[in-house]
Amino acid sequence: MTESAIHTSGLTKRFGSLTAVDGVDLDVPQGDVYGFLGPNGSGKTTTVRMLLGLVLPTAGTVVVLGEPIPRRAGRVLHRVGAIVEAPAAYGHLSGRTNLALFDAAGPGGPRRTRRRRIDTALEQVGLARVGRRPVKAYSHGMRQRLGLAAALLRQPELLVLDEPTNGLDPQGIREIRELLLALNADGTTIFLSSHLLAEVEQMCARVGVVDRGRLVLQEDLATVRAPTGRVVVHTPDVDVAVALLDGRLGERAGDRLVIATDDPAELNLRLVAGGVRVRELVPERRTLEEVVLAATSAGSDRVDGTDREPKTGREPGTDVEAAR
Amino acid sequence: MIGVELGKLLRRPRTWVVILLLDALPTLVAVLLAITDIGPRPGEGPAFLSAVLSNGRLFPAAALAIVLPLFLPVSVAVVAGDAIAGEAQAGTLRYLLARPVGRTRLLVAKLVSAVVFVFLAVTVVAVTAYFVGTRLFGNEPLPVTSVSGTTLTPREAVLRTLLAMVYVALSMLGVAAVALFLSTLTDSPLAAALGALAVLVTSTLLLTLDAARALQPYLPTRYWLAFVDLFRQPILWREVLRGVGLQAVYVVVLLGAAWAHFTTKDVKS
Repeated sequence: MTESAIHTSGLTKRFGSLTAVDGVDLDVPQGDVYGFLGPNGSGKTTTVRMLLGLVLPTAGTVVVLGEPIPRRAGRVLHRVGAIVEAPAAYGHLSGRTNLALFDAAGPGGPRRTRRRRIDTALEQVGLARVGRRPVKAYSHGMRQRLGLAAALLRQPELLVLDEPTNGLDPQGIREIRELLLALNADGTTIFLSSHLLAEVEQMCARVGVVDRGRLVLQEDLATVRAPTGRVVVHTPDVDVAVALLDGRLGERAGDRLVIATDDPAELNLRLVAGGVRVRELVPERRTLEEVVLAATSAGSDRVDGTDREPKTGREPGTDVEAAR
Repeated sequence: MIGVELGKLLRRPRTWVVILLLDALPTLVAVLLAITDIGPRPGEGPAFLSAVLSNGRLFPAAALAIVLPLFLPVSVAVVAGDAIAGEAQAGTLRYLLARPVGRTRLLVAKLVSAVVFVFLAVTVVAVTAYFVGTRLFGNEPLPVTSVSGTTLTPREAVLRTLLAMVYVALSMLGVAAVALFLSTLTDSPLAAALGALAVLVTSTLLLTLDAARALQPYLPTRYWLAFVDLFRQPILWREVLRGVGLQAVYVVVLLGAAWAHFTTKDVKS
């Protein structure tokens, strides 16, 4: 069995009486593209920050590329590239200088290869000809690309990306997606935290969904999106079809019928043999959106107090110290 | 990491603007003195100024005395207060720490960078003052009159000016340590700098208050003006050494506090 790129167990973070992350057991296999989903305020960013040793867990453990975080963060994080929320750079310096300073600040970035690595990273993200202008003159999308270039500088084994396509136009989003998929094909594990379901659906092999600090779902995307055992049929001959189906009919709305069956081919044969003109016949799959909406509640940025009961923190200080 | 921090300090336009402004005040004073030829009477105004009119070589010491009470500590508070809080505000702190840069390492690099700034600022002020002073007030290699009334050879005068520069720079370390500590507490560089200034103002105020006599030996600004003693014949070391010792205590205690806080802090900026 290959070891996990990211493995957390019982990961918990409390801020005072608020439990931001509650017993999360993440498992990201090496080589995967993992989509980390959840409404705003569900604990995504706090989790990402704990993976990178920025926020210290109240309880539980984090292991990244085989090393415990934050204890061995200094040994392993140079093999990880990260974007945490918005990208950041020194506005009065050029993008290239920013990358050089950033690379020189920590381990694992040999000076000898620095210039070449910066050139490669800028080229990968589409900033090869950006020149010497200071970052404060960059557009939002350019800053996002620069942030990604910084994450790619040392050809990391693992990319932890929080909303990497934020602020990019559709063209840019697609470029970055293709870049990330190409990197993944070369063996880079990608942990993608996002609330853009379409992005995750198009890229990820595995998804984890957090809601109010708890991991409510962690599954292969293929499993999540497996056929539901129902088939959707569109036909102008609704009445004939209904008579033919005797009891297997699930729903009926206009010319759309939902039929419970494991064998769409057999169903099609029966309908057509019975003289029903079939306009469209598709095995039903749940969309990622349906899965996520079913698994989560409203985001914590919605404060209308209908169904969100305030979360009660446990007694402070009980196992806070024990975890350190 | 220290190299990176120094690079950032020296590449930052603000560093040079602050140093330029620091330079402007003594230069303005020198120009006014030279034009009007009205010096402060001996014993009044900033130290050494009355003596400057007769010998420009003493002007570096006078310039240090001019910037010491307010301008220099303000600039140090701004630079050191920006150290961690500035990175937090810009969002670069999380990237530096995830790079990864050890938190202790980052703190030490920031302290070194603040110290380098202090020495740089003091040096630039003194060197500029030397040129301005000798230009405007004459450059006779005359023996300089010491504060005690005896004369100093030109060599002695230069040596003591250098000593004074070092002492003034060391005197700023307490302010730097306060600002650096506050910088780890807040994400606002402005708040950290103003907090350090508040400490400074409090200290200056308490020094004038007889009721606070018991506290005075421990106030960070208590021995600042002791650098004048370096121009006595012979040098009066007592207060100078106490001043250095006091600054060392402030640096050790506050840096310890900054370290304890910063290394266990959740970085949420």
